[in-house]
Amino acid sequence: MPEQATPVLDKTTAAPAAPVLEIRDLNLSYFTRAGEIPAVIDFSLDVRPGEAVGLVGESGCGKSTVAMAVMRYMGGNGRIMSGSIKFKGRDMMTMSEEELRQLRGSEIAMVYQEPMAALNPSMKIGDQLAEVPMYHESGISYPQAWERAREMLGNVRLPDPERVMQAYPHQISGGQQQRVVIAMALLSNPSLLLLDEPTTALDVTVEAGIVELIRDISQQFGTSMLYISHNLGLILDTCDRVCVMYSGEVAEESAIREIFTNPCHPYTRGLFGCIPTPGKDKNAHPLTPIRGQLPLPHQRPDGCNFGPRCDHFRAGVCDHGLVEMETVDAHLNHRARCRRWDEIDWDNYRVESEARPAMEAGEVVLDIKQMQKYYPIYDRSLTAVLSGGSVRYVKANEELSFEARKKQTVAIVGESGCGKSTFAKVLMGLETATNGELTFNGVDLADKPVQKRRKEMIRSLQMVFQNPNDTLNPSMTVGQAIGRVIRKFEIERNPHRVQQMVLDLLDMVKLPRSFINRRPRQLSGGQKQRIGVARAFAGKPAMVIADEPVSALDVSVQAAVTGLLMDIQAEYETTLLFISHDLGVVRYLADRVVVMYLGQIMEQGTTDEVFSPPYHPYTEALLSAVPIADVTVKKKRIILEGTLPSVLNPPAGCPFCTRCPRKIGQICEDVPPPDVEVVPGHRIRCHIPVDELKDVEPVIQIAADA
Amino acid sequence: MTSVPTDPGPADSVIPRRQHPALRSIKAIGLIRESWVGTIGLGIVLFWVLIAVFAPVLAPYDPTQQIGPLLNASPMSCAEPGQRYLNDQGIATTDGSECFWLGGDQLGQDVLSRIIYGAQSVLFFAPLATACAYAVGIAMGLLAGYKRGWIDDVLSRIGDIILSFPVLVLYVVIITAFGPSDLNIVLAVTFASAPGIMRIVRGLVLDLRNRDYVGAAQTRGESSLYIMFVEILPNARGPLIVDACLRLGYTTITLGVLGFLGLGLPPPDPNWGNLIAENREVVFTSPHSTLFPCIAISSLVLGLNMLADGLREVSLKD
Amino acid sequence: MVIFLAKRAAYMVLTMIAVSILLILLLEVNVGTLPTRVLGPYITQEQAAHWLEAEGYNRPIYVRYFEWIGDMLSGDFGESTRFREPVSDILWDRLGNTGILAFFVFAIMVPLSLGLGILSGMKEGSRMDRSISFLSVVTTSVPEFASAVLLSTIFVFALGWLEGTVGSGSAFNWTQMILPVSVLVLYGFGYIARMMRASMAEVMQSPYIRTAVLKGLPYRRVILRHALRNALIAPFTVIILQINWLLSGVIVVEFFFSYDGFGALLLEAAQNTDIDLIQACAMVAVVVAVGTQTIADIGYTYLNPRIRFT
Repeated sequence: MPEQATPVLDKTTAAPAAPVLEIRDLNLSYFTRAGEIPAVIDFSLDVRPGEAVGLVGESGCGKSTVAMAVMRYMGGNGRIMSGSIKFKGRDMMTMSEEELRQLRGSEIAMVYQEPMAALNPSMKIGDQLAEVPMYHESGISYPQAWERAREMLGNVRLPDPERVMQAYPHQISGGQQQRVVIAMALLSNPSLLLLDEPTTALDVTVEAGIVELIRDISQQFGTSMLYISHNLGLILDTCDRVCVMYSGEVAEESAIREIFTNPCHPYTRGLFGCIPTPGKDKNAHPLTPIRGQLPLPHQRPDGCNFGPRCDHFRAGVCDHGLVEMETVDAHLNHRARCRRWDEIDWDNYRVESEARPAMEAGEVVLDIKQMQKYYPIYDRSLTAVLSGGSVRYVKANEELSFEARKKQTVAIVGESGCGKSTFAKVLMGLETATNGELTFNGVDLADKPVQKRRKEMIRSLQMVFQNPNDTLNPSMTVGQAIGRVIRKFEIERNPHRVQQMVLDLLDMVKLPRSFINRRPRQLSGGQKQRIGVARAFAGKPAMVIADEPVSALDVSVQAAVTGLLMDIQAEYETTLLFISHDLGVVRYLADRVVVMYLGQIMEQGTTDEVFSPPYHPYTEALLSAVPIADVTVKKKRIILEGTLPSVLNPPAGCPFCTRCPRKIGQICEDVPPPDVEVVPGHRIRCHIPVDELKDVEPVIQIAADA
Repeated sequence: MTSVPTDPGPADSVIPRRQHPALRSIKAIGLIRESWVGTIGLGIVLFWVLIAVFAPVLAPYDPTQQIGPLLNASPMSCAEPGQRYLNDQGIATTDGSECFWLGGDQLGQDVLSRIIYGAQSVLFFAPLATACAYAVGIAMGLLAGYKRGWIDDVLSRIGDIILSFPVLVLYVVIITAFGPSDLNIVLAVTFASAPGIMRIVRGLVLDLRNRDYVGAAQTRGESSLYIMFVEILPNARGPLIVDACLRLGYTTITLGVLGFLGLGLPPPDPNWGNLIAENREVVFTSPHSTLFPCIAISSLVLGLNMLADGLREVSLKD
Repeated sequence: MVIFLAKRAAYMVLTMIAVSILLILLLEVNVGTLPTRVLGPYITQEQAAHWLEAEGYNRPIYVRYFEWIGDMLSGDFGESTRFREPVSDILWDRLGNTGILAFFVFAIMVPLSLGLGILSGMKEGSRMDRSISFLSVVTTSVPEFASAVLLSTIFVFALGWLEGTVGSGSAFNWTQMILPVSVLVLYGFGYIARMMRASMAEVMQSPYIRTAVLKGLPYRRVILRHALRNALIAPFTVIILQINWLLSGVIVVEFFFSYDGFGALLLEAAQNTDIDLIQACAMVAVVVAVGTQTIADIGYTYLNPRIRFT
């Protein structure tokens, strides 16, 4: 939050202490089959006491490598080539293994991306925690260490620390695991905390809780932090200063608000253009993707690494030598690695992005009424069979009802376990519905698995998948993969014309025609996802389901693929069903939004209706949880307590009642809430009267002076 | 990470020709050079393949020709001239040129020639039996892993029962029941190894069936057969090739053991296991006639195991 | 736990039935040759027919099968046609001999292979790792009969240090055990060592080991407390199942060194179509197989807290 910046800044200015961490001219390389690959080049950074510094960048920019180097833990093939790392004035490069050991875990501690993997699966959490004081403090007994660990679990706000101490990691949820890891890092009261994407693997409402905890830590303990993330919004929420990295180098560094209000490096500017912040709109203010793609470490250009993708590139200036960091503002310690930062006229620079005419929604294409999908779970134990309770049901989808129209983009939003993927499976015919209707183009598909659907029906209902590394068969060429679709749907059989169609499709997704003989491993993530789009649209479908199509991609690639998807949708007049957990993207491109929680629809309506009051309390919490990379946005903070109930044993009443901050009483637990229609098309499933919900202040407010 | 391209943006209209699949696989084999263990392994295996192919040229004697005076002769020994012995034509006389480099066996046959011809037998039956086991195992594994449900239950249970029984006992019983013939040995190996292969294939399929490209194939209504054999199987080939090398070595050992126990291919066959069995009685007095076949079989198995290690190493590098 | 064991017992009975049916069907092929084997090669057709009739082999196969089951349940394993003695008289002695052999093999092989595997996997790619890996590839590549021949050639033929055969009946002689045990250890150790190495190397790469190191724990603690238990999970099952492998492994070794054990007995029974004896041996094998599997599963759940009994 913006307010945070002031008190923390006070702390640093009041005590202009020496930096805790001082990195100078660091060069790191990895050694592989292909030879030496420079991972981090000319990296310098100071972290002062109590300061939180963000390290932000896209995948492969070297940000995690920096963290590992600070720990002096580079793995077998990584090496520090030159430069210095000083911790509290002591040179870490010359430390012995034993000195490093004493530093690790006590003075410098780390929090990792995957909490489940970071904890030892076969050791009790209590033992894993108590180890830290045992090995870093002399004269502490095991019961004392255990007691300290238990206290710390309380400090990171874990409910029932005693039970958690006795549990194994797999017995607690992902958010709780991350709290355990944070507790482990804090146990020895470190001076420096390294956080490597600590919330990336978590759901957004869980993330909000962890972020708040991290913010509190820096205030309560005065710990310095190095926060590594790909998400600028998160960095804005947590840090005082930020380093933007690109292709192994720091592109720009400054105090946090300065970066957001006055970015000087073209890459930083470009990055902001790619992020779907509340001010962006797919028709009036579309995203402006950065052209080209990230250079591979061994194919970096001479001069500025960003040169080939930069609109302000000037031959003779930007294309030779190592570009040094230049100071933009000494007071704010604002520096940028650009030779032309003061020449570029940002006020008169606009990336040409054509505003797209808004599309009129057509007739109803998909109509879902009261659809249910239950999975039976058989309990074969003797007692269950005798008591007659041998079959229980996972209610993956409970009474879904909504519709989608031609040319419309309908987004289904929800966190993991909300049943959105199950719904996609039923729609695609990989599963059949337990109950209800699912009418597509006038045909009821609820009980028709894909084998029983007509070819025409299959062709007009296609899917774009989530994981770019998984979406294409690694042993087929691009041409074979797309060609198979064309032949399968009997659009064309003549090999020559099939190839021509494949080439046309490659043109459509803006990939070079030579890609037809490429295999997936020769493509980047964004390129694979484009092929996935081409494959889905090969049969000119009436409706495409996109299951988190861009969530695994970097921000700049995300913007490009999103734009492409919408262009093709407009051209083909397709209905797009967009499944996502990312509210930013959803707000940007959806016409209608369906919010799901634990298998049920909590709220649905047009995007404007859902994103402004009256909200369902869950929607409200969800909106508040999403970090926004925009200093002009003011956000209400709502942190959800508790964890997601088990799908096997959901609450009898409202599924959200266990975590709802606006719960009104027993009625929420016992009685399923009514589906209230606020205005035609906008429905909220809640016990709270609509009028009361209308009075809720909006979660997001954009400051007028922006 | 090694070969992601950075093509320039605009669509170029030149389409490079696709590489022929055969050329691709030859290039893939070339990768083994990156692992010295694998290279040595491949070398040993190729050595024996060449020996087997050129056996008639390389072997100094007919593998079944008995020269009495050289009975149990030690390595590098020659017959003294003028000794008489029986052969196909009747009584023959040595002229001193009869030399057995690796000595003679209990029947006065040339150990070297028998080993050379034995390579033919081993390198024919071991791959044949392994291939049969793979055909059955892959089919079972694909069905069990992709179809799941009762098919999986039944196939896995059958596999467990066969696997829980000592393999060699199984061989012994099957072969004593039906007699030691080429076909029965191949069948016995198939029967006993198919469940193990099924387990591996099933495990791989369980992983691969959840990939999005399989989902894509399902959502466009492809048949199960197409998905199993075109979408899934080719992507399981890496671990399967490594396993096949190991299993080929194991089958080679099995054939040897069967021969050694007197249950192998019928006697005149110079299979290495047979050579050892035939000369077992003299193992403590003139060990060369058993020692050299042992070295032969061990080296072939070693070659296959090293090749498997090398392949695994190379495949992990990518 | 009780349910789990009951399930396993049921599974064992099922397997025993399946195996015994399979065996009796397979052995039926050779029943006709039995009289010749028992009475000698020069008997007449009438004598053979009479023998078969007298021994009850002319009754339908299912009658004989159920009779066998009945006998089994009352503790009677039948009579060996080969040794002309009750099966139980021979079986337990032989099993005991093999037990002694197996004990020594395990006592040497398990610590050796685990130790080398751990050393090897701790620092993947080190000189130590490469030497141990190479050693284990070589030893697993040499079949038992081949290493039996090699070792005999060296220690019996060339050096004359040891005796080549193990006499039965006479007093137990420790030196006679050396060769059979070495052969089995050599062949078996590489497999476990490789497994242990792979498992250890994988664990050492895992994020929780990184966590442990970056917690500032001493290397010893990282290895002993964090890596070892997780790394033992996969090889543990393999080691227990090696008991099962040993049953077939000993056949070759016992045959080669004329050791009077279970394996040699089984081989002899099979070669002589000694139906009752084979069946008894097979049942022992199934009990051992399912028993080891059960021990492996229980141990696995102990080592790996993520698994629960079902």
